[in-house]
Formats: sequence, structure tokens, C-alpha cells
Amino acid sequence: MEQVYSSVAIACGLIISLGAVAACIGISLMGGKYLESSARQPELMNELQVKMFILAGLIDAAFIIGTGIAVWFAISTFLK
Amino acid sequence: MASGHEAAAGAPKAGDYILHHLGNMTNTGHPQSTMFDFSLINFDTVFFSIFTGLVGLIIMWRIAARASAGVPGRAQAFLEIMVELVLVQAKAIIHNEQSRRFVAPLALTVFVWIFLMNSMDFLPVDLLPMLWQKISGNEHAYLRVVPTADLNGTLGLSIGVLLICFWYSIKIKGLGGWMHELISAPFGNHPLLYLPNLMMQLIEFTAKTVSHGMRLFGNMYAGELLFLLIALMGLASPAMPFTGGVLLWLGHVFTGTLWALFHIFIVVLQAFIFMMLTLVYIGQAHDSH
Repeated sequence: MEQVYSSVAIACGLIISLGAVAACIGISLMGGKYLESSARQPELMNELQVKMFILAGLIDAAFIIGTGIAVWFAISTFLK
Repeated sequence: MASGHEAAAGAPKAGDYILHHLGNMTNTGHPQSTMFDFSLINFDTVFFSIFTGLVGLIIMWRIAARASAGVPGRAQAFLEIMVELVLVQAKAIIHNEQSRRFVAPLALTVFVWIFLMNSMDFLPVDLLPMLWQKISGNEHAYLRVVPTADLNGTLGLSIGVLLICFWYSIKIKGLGGWMHELISAPFGNHPLLYLPNLMMQLIEFTAKTVSHGMRLFGNMYAGELLFLLIALMGLASPAMPFTGGVLLWLGHVFTGTLWALFHIFIVVLQAFIFMMLTLVYIGQAHDSH
């Protein structure tokens, strides 16, 4: 069982960390583009901001679903 | 956020504490253990979703009943801002005037209702479960207060949206037109492509609905888990030596505040995204290929 638990622990770490890396890269790319475009056309700033937040929520979702599942694995195995 | 008054009862094991808080109150008395179980009813999810729905309904009805064409009060102005926010999005996405009469209020309902359901997260994680355990006299009574942190609740919402999409597809394109679209849509109208088209459409509907529900569930579930983990910090502090205990308690208060503040943002954002996707999916039902 110890062997399984250690594998589960590593898997949980991988799920959370890879998801976090990907989500951070995604958010930073989008945030950078948003700043660039609102510097170029400041009158679009409010409109773009709404869209940026929606996309931020969409990007975050995959990561957060992964985190939820990983923590669920964790508390049903080695944190039990 | 956590209370801390339960700490006096002696610190339980971390896993037990969290697992107990993730159990729903069901008709069998045991939380769901299998993936699909149609004989189970999560009473707490049903109760709190109807409760928050009624609260939202009554508040908005009260404000709307007292609305005046003159200088609006604060409540009326707030309601008008929300109605306008939703209406602008609905106008941009759904171009059919007649279906907007139903879809725009639907979107407002979805937004307000999900926001209120998500907001149950701001109550201390132990407050209502402890009260319920005191009232019911059962020390191990299960209770979960956030209906959207229950996958059954969110998938129920997203399946409801799917059914409305079907309804509008049939209403706009006719049953025959919709069937024709199902077998000829993404790749083209050719007898050899009927089956791939249908498979593609089925995958599309499944992916839309599952991701729609999972997105809200994942956010609320992860949020709830983090609140529970933060609550554990406070729970562990009395058992620690003085300095460690104080540090844990400070960390508990600090991280709890921080996460609650961040969670306000997530709660609103996820309610808004659910509403936007509802509009987008119903809007797609109006497009003909």
C-alpha cells in the first residue's frame, strides 16, 4: 500500500504542478496581449477587460478541476 | 473560512475531518460512493439550492415591486445594473428578439442563482454543519452547504441548459431541419459522412455539457477544499506548543482572509462564465449551418 500511496502522491503533485504551469503560461500570454492591445487602443480597454476575465476563468477551469481531482485522490488515499 | 470553536472538541485526523465535510446528507444516510446512483437524493444540495433560489427570487421581486420611474434607490439601481449587464450580453449573442424574451431572464436567473449558491462558501465551513449536528442530535450528521460544490448539482444545471438548447434547435430549425443538421453539420451533406457527422455532434454536445458543469464544480470544490485545509490549521493550533500554536492560528486567520477575498472574485467570475456559456450554447442552437 505504501508503494501505491507514494505513486499517488507523485501523481497528485504532477497533476497540480503541470496544470499550474500551463495555466500560468496561458494567463500571462493573454494578460500581456491584453496590455499591449489596450495600450494600442485605450478606448477598447473596458470591452476587452470583460473578455479577458471570461477567458481567465476558462483557462483557470482546467487547472482547478485538476487540483480538485488531485486533492480528492490525496484525501482518499495517503491523507486518509 | 473556519470557526475554531470545534477545536475544543479535540483535533480529529485531517483526512477524516475533510472527508466528513465532503459527505452529503442523503436519503440513505451515507454519502455517494459510486459514480452513478440514481436512488440517492442529496437532501442538502436540493434544500440549499431551492433556499438560495427563493432568497434571490424574493429579494429581486421586492425590489422590482417597489421600482419607480423617478430617482432610483440604491437597491433599484443595483438591480438595473445587473439586468442591463445581462441584457447587453444577451443582445450581443442572441439575435432573435422573440427567444431573447425568455433567454435573457433565464440568463439573469442563472447568474443570480449561481452567485447565491456559490456564496454559501463564505459562511464558516463548520457553522451550518455544527448547527445541524446540534439540532439533529447526531454528532456525525453529514451536511454540505455549497450546492455548486456537488457535481450532481452543477451537472443538473448544465443538463438543463442542454435541454433548452435542444428545445430551441427544434423550435428554430424544426425537428426535420435539426435532424438534417445533426447528420450533415460539420463535414458536409453526403451519405458517407452521415455517421461521422452524427458522432461529431454527439461528442460536441457531451463535451459542452460535461465541461459546463465540471468547470463550476471544479472551482467551487477546490475552493471548499482550500477552506477546509485552512480550517485544519486553526484546528491543529490548540494541540501545538504555544509559539507554534499562535503561528498556526495567525496563519489560519491570514490565509483564510486572503482566500476568502480571492474567492469573492472566483464566485462572481464563475457565475458570470456559467451565464455567458449558457447564452453562447443557446445562441449556437439558433445558428443554422
